[in-house]
Amino acid sequence: MDLAYTAEEAAFRDEVRDFVTANLPADIARKVLEHRRLEKSDYARWQDILAKQGWLAGHWPVEHGGCGWTPVQNHIFDEETAAAGAPRLIPFGLNMVAPVIMAYGSPWQKEHYLSRIRTNHDWWCQGYSEPGSGSDLASLKTRAVRDGDHYLVNGQKTWTTLAQYADMIFCLVRTDTTVKKQEGISFLLIDMHSPGITVRPIVTLDEEHEVNEVFFEDVKVPVANLVGEEGKGWTYAKYLLGHERTGIAGVGASKRELDTLKHIAKIQRKNGRPLGDDPGFAARMAQVEIDLLALEMTVMRVLASRGKAPGPEASILKIKGTEIQQALTELMMEALGPYALPFRPEAMTLDTEDELVGPDYAAPLAARYFNYRKVTIYGGSNEIQRNIIAQMVLGL
Amino acid sequence: MDFSFSEEQQLLRESLARYVEREYTFEKRRAIQRSAEGFSHEVWSAFAEMGLLGLTTPEEYGGYGGSAVDTLVVSQVLGSGLVVEPYLASVVLGTGLVARAGSTAQKESLLPAAARGELLLTLAHAEPDSRYELAEVATSARRQGNQFVLQGHKAVVPWGAQADRLIVSARTAGGPRDAQGISLFVIERGMKGVGARDYRTIDGQRAAEVKLDDVLVGADAVLGPLDGALPLLEAIADVGAAALCAEAVGVMETLNAQTLEYIKTRQQFGQPIGRFQVLQHRAVDMFIHLEQSKSIALLAAVRADSADAAERRRAVSAAKAHLGRSGRAVTQMAIQLHGGMGVTDELPASHYAKRLTMIDFHLGDADFHVERFVADARG
Ligand SMILES: Cc1cc2nc3c(=O)[nH]c(=O)nc-3n(C[C@H](O)[C@H](O)[C@H](O)COP(=O)(O)OP(=O)(O)OC[C@H]3O[C@@H](n4cnc5c(N)ncnc54)[C@H](O)[C@@H]3O)c2cc1C
Repeated sequence: MDLAYTAEEAAFRDEVRDFVTANLPADIARKVLEHRRLEKSDYARWQDILAKQGWLAGHWPVEHGGCGWTPVQNHIFDEETAAAGAPRLIPFGLNMVAPVIMAYGSPWQKEHYLSRIRTNHDWWCQGYSEPGSGSDLASLKTRAVRDGDHYLVNGQKTWTTLAQYADMIFCLVRTDTTVKKQEGISFLLIDMHSPGITVRPIVTLDEEHEVNEVFFEDVKVPVANLVGEEGKGWTYAKYLLGHERTGIAGVGASKRELDTLKHIAKIQRKNGRPLGDDPGFAARMAQVEIDLLALEMTVMRVLASRGKAPGPEASILKIKGTEIQQALTELMMEALGPYALPFRPEAMTLDTEDELVGPDYAAPLAARYFNYRKVTIYGGSNEIQRNIIAQMVLGL
Repeated sequence: MDFSFSEEQQLLRESLARYVEREYTFEKRRAIQRSAEGFSHEVWSAFAEMGLLGLTTPEEYGGYGGSAVDTLVVSQVLGSGLVVEPYLASVVLGTGLVARAGSTAQKESLLPAAARGELLLTLAHAEPDSRYELAEVATSARRQGNQFVLQGHKAVVPWGAQADRLIVSARTAGGPRDAQGISLFVIERGMKGVGARDYRTIDGQRAAEVKLDDVLVGADAVLGPLDGALPLLEAIADVGAAALCAEAVGVMETLNAQTLEYIKTRQQFGQPIGRFQVLQHRAVDMFIHLEQSKSIALLAAVRADSADAAERRRAVSAAKAHLGRSGRAVTQMAIQLHGGMGVTDELPASHYAKRLTMIDFHLGDADFHVERFVADARG
């Protein structure tokens, strides 16, 4: 047993660290570290930098234009970029639809779409959930009817993250209503610029716009954009959900947030002394740190044990990863004391002329606590993840 | 033992609840929040007419001489309707302080007008580094002949930019954390040297950073004992905390009802999600939190006016700590049970969740009150 990185892994870490130090734009890093609002251009700028280096899809196999990083290397990349304050990579293209296309896509889809994702050309969003189909995804109703060499799509998706920026959406649609519900679902790649698509914003409780409703009215989709076989969409979707969950552990970002929390606790005062010296608060910070340490080792164990799509144990990572993310936002909010109260969306940009209200790190934190209630809901709610473990792992 | 409310209290609750249900719709609340001042004069006048604003004002100053239990009745209904108007700031804290400690002249000039809804009061006690400690006062009040000069920064003052009069804690003697040497001053918002930077709070209300820059006031601005106002400040903060607990109970009651309704109607997997046992147990936990919260909020209200400070502090700290923890747990479950809908601005439940969460950040959070509970018990 040896928990240290190999010499090659350590060298890779240094290489990534040096690259990030030299190339991550300072204004973007500041936004991430200070929890300000990121615009599309912020994500795009960073992803362009990585694409140029050939690292945007570093974890993809070499045959698809990636670097063929091992899972451990990918973890190192994630941790180093997160620590420096790089924005998260938008996962919908890179980590969600790409593995599905690699596994089940046609040669044309691989050629066309994978290269456009790898070069940060196309932005993708995920069209699974519908108003009546959240946890019970297989009940989805959006219809795709074959008509010669295209499908006609009608229906509605919802909660579609960043659809307002997307060029493409991958959708689960119903192509057959006569069979068992899982068997009538197909996986379609749809151009967001197609006539008949309307995107309507959903405002979240922190008054931000990151999710949308997407309406389809007689949208024509070429049959060439069907992934794999008709009626097999559910199988592909389940394959994808495993990929979604490993990323969702978010260990790198949580380590960074833990550092930020400690920094805040050093500055905040309680009875004239640093809040971080308060035994009660220090113990609660330590508890999260311990959980995170365990999670990191669990992630490494999962990564070390398999190179392929993660199995049901990925649900553990989703559950613990999101609980830790929420605990961190909660402690940051509490650390502020009464300065958690001011709500100033106008302070979410860097170049605000605005006079400070409270410490400079204060403004986004309570809003962020509320926003982060989402993480135990999306990507398969934590209740659904527990159901998966109960059934698939424990045999209950 | 008698847990029943008086006939007057029941009438008060019913008429206020009727008003809130009919007039204070969610859409109206939204419009009020977006207005320049962030609260509605029309609603405030209606409250004055119903007698709410003079509820605890002594009768000789145009009020009803009510108790903290009357305040509980009102606060709970205001919580249920998620009413944003500055009841706590102006009536419970502001009026409460003047009624307790004001000179005859102060009472005459402030109380009847406040009860009629013509004068808005607030209490400015917190400072940038004071967290929840009432004794931590760096704002200074220097004596200058017969007058005082106030200098300092009051933080997150509820309705600080809307209030006509601010009751400010300032140091007239001692060091920044001494219990002795704290005095209260009534200042006018429009006075020279008073700056109020208004902002929204995440629970839908308003607050301000109040800067006092060489504010000159007369000796008649002193409220209560010079140098010795801390016990008074602590007493009124406890009355306020008890009212917040009652409000939290009202918020929680509605949030629970909304969540229960949601899981009974939302269908997934061909059945209402409320059929899933794991969600049933969450709903049960929310219900138990509510019942326990009701009980302890009642205890706090009954003890809030007590002349025995130790008895008062114990009950209020117990209640405020309990509501802080229960409020947090209930909101997290309520949002989770709503799924994606729970994190939308559109849904009233998310606004109830925000208020319930943020009540913990007013007048001492759960940690603060647990620590005070422990420290008092040690003696
Ligand atoms: C911020 C955000 C971003 C999102 N982004 C996307 C996106 O980009 N693309 C996309 O397709 N979707 C997205 N989603 C949707 C997300 O996947 C769904 O919200 C999620 O699947 C839950 O569905 P629901 O909201 O309909 O809740 P419901 O399924 O109605 O669930 C409500 C509650 O019931 C519980 N529940 C449901 N079934 C069971 C059961 N069998 N046993 C126990 N408990 C159960 C849930 O856990 C939850 O607590 C996003 C959601 C959010 C909040």
